[in-house]
Amino acid sequence: MTTIKEIKDQLSNKKISVQELYDDYYNKAKKSELNSFNQLLEPEYNKQNIINSQSRYDEEKDLPLDGIPLGIKDLFCTKGIATTASSKILEKFIPEYESRVTQNLLNDGSIFLGKNNCDEFAMGSSNETSFYGPVINPWKNKNQINDHLVPGGSSGGSASAVAEKICVASIGTDTGGSIRQPASLCGVVGLKPTFGSCSRWGVVAFASSLDQAGPITNTVEDAAYLLNSVSSYDPNDSTSSNHKRDNFLEGIGKNFDRPITIGIPSDYLKDVSSEIIEQIENTKKHLTNLNINFIDVEFTTTDFALSTYYIIAPAEASSNLARYDGIRYGYRGKGDSLEEIYVNSRSEGFGEEVIRRILIGTYVLSAGYYDAYYRKAQRVRRLIKDDFQRILKDVDFILTPTTPNEAFKIGEKLDPIAMYMNDIFTVPTSLAGLPAISLPSGLSKNNLPLGIQLIGNYFQEKNLLQMASLLEKEFGFNG
Amino acid sequence: MDNNWELVIGLEVHAQLKTESKLFSSSPNQFGSDPNSNVNFIDAGMPGMLPVMNFGCIEKAIKTGFALNFQINPYSVFERKNYFYADLPQGYQISQFEFPILSEGHIEIENDNVLKKIRIERAHLEQDAGKSIHDIDPKYSFIDLNRVGTPLLEIVSYPDFNSADEVINYITSLRQILMYIDVCDGNMQEGSLRVDVNLSVKKPNEELGTRCEIKNMNSFKFIRQAIDYESKRQIEVLESGGKIEQNTLLFDTSTGETRPMRSKEFAHDYRYFPDPDLLPVHLTEDQIEKVRPTIGELPQQKLNKYINDFNLEKDVAKIIISEKSYAYFFENLISSKSIKPKLAASWLVGDIFSFIKEKNLQIQDIDDRSNKIIQLLEMIESGTISSKVAKDILVEVLQNNKEPAQLVKELGLEQVSDNNELEKIVDDALKDEEDNIMKFKSGSDRVLGYFVGKCLKATKGKGNPKVINELLLKKLNK
Repeated sequence: MTTIKEIKDQLSNKKISVQELYDDYYNKAKKSELNSFNQLLEPEYNKQNIINSQSRYDEEKDLPLDGIPLGIKDLFCTKGIATTASSKILEKFIPEYESRVTQNLLNDGSIFLGKNNCDEFAMGSSNETSFYGPVINPWKNKNQINDHLVPGGSSGGSASAVAEKICVASIGTDTGGSIRQPASLCGVVGLKPTFGSCSRWGVVAFASSLDQAGPITNTVEDAAYLLNSVSSYDPNDSTSSNHKRDNFLEGIGKNFDRPITIGIPSDYLKDVSSEIIEQIENTKKHLTNLNINFIDVEFTTTDFALSTYYIIAPAEASSNLARYDGIRYGYRGKGDSLEEIYVNSRSEGFGEEVIRRILIGTYVLSAGYYDAYYRKAQRVRRLIKDDFQRILKDVDFILTPTTPNEAFKIGEKLDPIAMYMNDIFTVPTSLAGLPAISLPSGLSKNNLPLGIQLIGNYFQEKNLLQMASLLEKEFGFNG
Repeated sequence: MDNNWELVIGLEVHAQLKTESKLFSSSPNQFGSDPNSNVNFIDAGMPGMLPVMNFGCIEKAIKTGFALNFQINPYSVFERKNYFYADLPQGYQISQFEFPILSEGHIEIENDNVLKKIRIERAHLEQDAGKSIHDIDPKYSFIDLNRVGTPLLEIVSYPDFNSADEVINYITSLRQILMYIDVCDGNMQEGSLRVDVNLSVKKPNEELGTRCEIKNMNSFKFIRQAIDYESKRQIEVLESGGKIEQNTLLFDTSTGETRPMRSKEFAHDYRYFPDPDLLPVHLTEDQIEKVRPTIGELPQQKLNKYINDFNLEKDVAKIIISEKSYAYFFENLISSKSIKPKLAASWLVGDIFSFIKEKNLQIQDIDDRSNKIIQLLEMIESGTISSKVAKDILVEVLQNNKEPAQLVKELGLEQVSDNNELEKIVDDALKDEEDNIMKFKSGSDRVLGYFVGKCLKATKGKGNPKVINELLLKKLNK
């Protein structure tokens, strides 16, 4: 295992140069056959960055992420580098601006290896909706060793690449579980911060009230490293929070100096497989070892979360994606009138799942349906938030499985509803805007990783990472 | 045609706000720049770009709220109005829908000397769209995004108007007020004030008829023509037993007729929903009250002051307040304590306005002459020069920016008020006039005028008529 801290030590101690480190990861990524990058940047592109980084190490003035090779989900606009959202409609789009999040990462010295594959416009739970083809999970089912498995989605390329260790870490985005679910399926750590922690400026929007950037890493400590960089107030994002940011590394590996209670929602475990039940029981044992109390809690709103999410997210998406019309940039279909250009650009430029969600979103906002769907969904969302606050009054964290299942075969789930069910445990936290982290808790009978999700209260990422780091040590999971 | 029909009209006035930058981006809010030069990534609807509210626009809305007697809402919400058009890069317009910033206002308009209260339902902030230009090339349309995102305040009246005159009076007053409070430059030609007219007709005591909306007019003349044409059209349809179809119309300025918009020119379902990129606007009492002192005097307040405190004729006062720039010019003139408002007003609407009109100038163009005009008016008040002489000097001041005092001296035009000097002239004038003196003494007043004229002629118009009059009377009554 090579963590950011270990790599930085090696760079500081001159055991390895920034160039050697980069070449090592670049060559591995180049050889990878898992399709986890839409674009690997040419070494020429990073030449100067590597030289600058090395000289900072030489002067012992290294930045927090100096020289660390990262993957960037292809949803973040990167100046001068194609940004596609894994869609045909943005196939050749090269932004003239850098997203706030990636700018922060550059300011902290990191090196971008390339742009990670993802579901088209971050819509999907298997990375199969990408215009650039599915990403393959590095894990294999030991009983079906020849099958390619999905990495989860939408940040499937990020999770696969981190699990395959062809980049040290990656930055993904999470709207309804798009960081946590693939992290769980690939056996890595994924953190979705509190809504408002990381600027959405320059991130291709899916559902504005839910989208949040966050790290996908091999360790909880690495997640803290990345969060220190990407979490910042941005006046250019009206929903960005200007609270003071903690140093998220501070609590890593430390025991709490106060009693901690974790709530385990019994309603989440109603219809899950015995394997998932076992996973939670096993986690309880580890909590006991850590001297951490756990109690049963029960939500009243869980059953409504998924349908609420699949009204609000598509509604926002239907409007957010209206700008892709073939007029100013991106793919343009042929046509003799404005309307024909619109219809052809969008019908040919968007994939099936994106079109499905635009249609759902357009429908729920339509005159006559707005009250029944969108307005009602907003009310339920309020109730879900309240439900979380009621429970978080009594407990410090909430523990759930991250997903109801392990990684599945590419092409296995054809029914969209079955696919949406994958997000059943991650969606409620997204609707509430709460921070949540997924970390690998062990292996299934098929020798595939399973993840647990820890949920904290607003802007409690420091405590959440601390708790996760303690459990991580207990699990002793080694991907 | 039966003329027993009533017109029922409601208005939506779109006022472009006078701000440095756009409603949600830092691009300049400027008219007349090169096409697509005031456009940043936000305006162009690039991926991942986010709107940030310009609080200056909120302040302009609050100002309008005070001036139009609105309730200023501490909570308002920006929503997205979704439709596709080539000059709408985001695919939606950010506007306020369910929770506007201003509700329930009113103003009074005067119609044939009768005051009428016009109720205003709401006013909300919204982004303007860009411009599509279809008539440059036979094959291509051109898009100018400069106007994208510029701030508009849409002011929606109740259907309280019953005639084109009332509509014109309302827009005139509204425009005046918005210009006085510096919210809008009022330039209708540049589209700073655009009007949608909702019009229906009905018989007295009947329910409201079906209305049609005539979109996007920016001249008083066309608004009046459109109302006349459309009301006639509706009446004709109804009188011939037809039905009015609710429709959105365009006024064709070349034919003077209204015609339905092509269905593609307007969308049917805008799918409004709160913009998730923006937070609701919460205004504190403090934020609202801070704006109040910045409003200044409104045109109606000035009118009352001019009539009641300055004793101006109502018609004169109305002309002066009709433009903020006139009122400011006028008030600058009477900042000199020795000039009576009435004198200043009559010179302003008389000779000064004629000069401007003749030379096709704006009042602002002669702002730099105002100190000299003050000097001139002071000389009239003190009797240093006569009104007749002043007229000639004013032209020199306005045209050539000359010093009035200097002109008077150079041309020897100072009014002669010196008793001794004038006494000699009066004596000369009465010489060899025994017949006329007798006529005066037998009661003919006309003769006095003749003697005054004779004296003035002898002084080449410089003699002070008042002093001459007094001297003549003294001598004649001896």
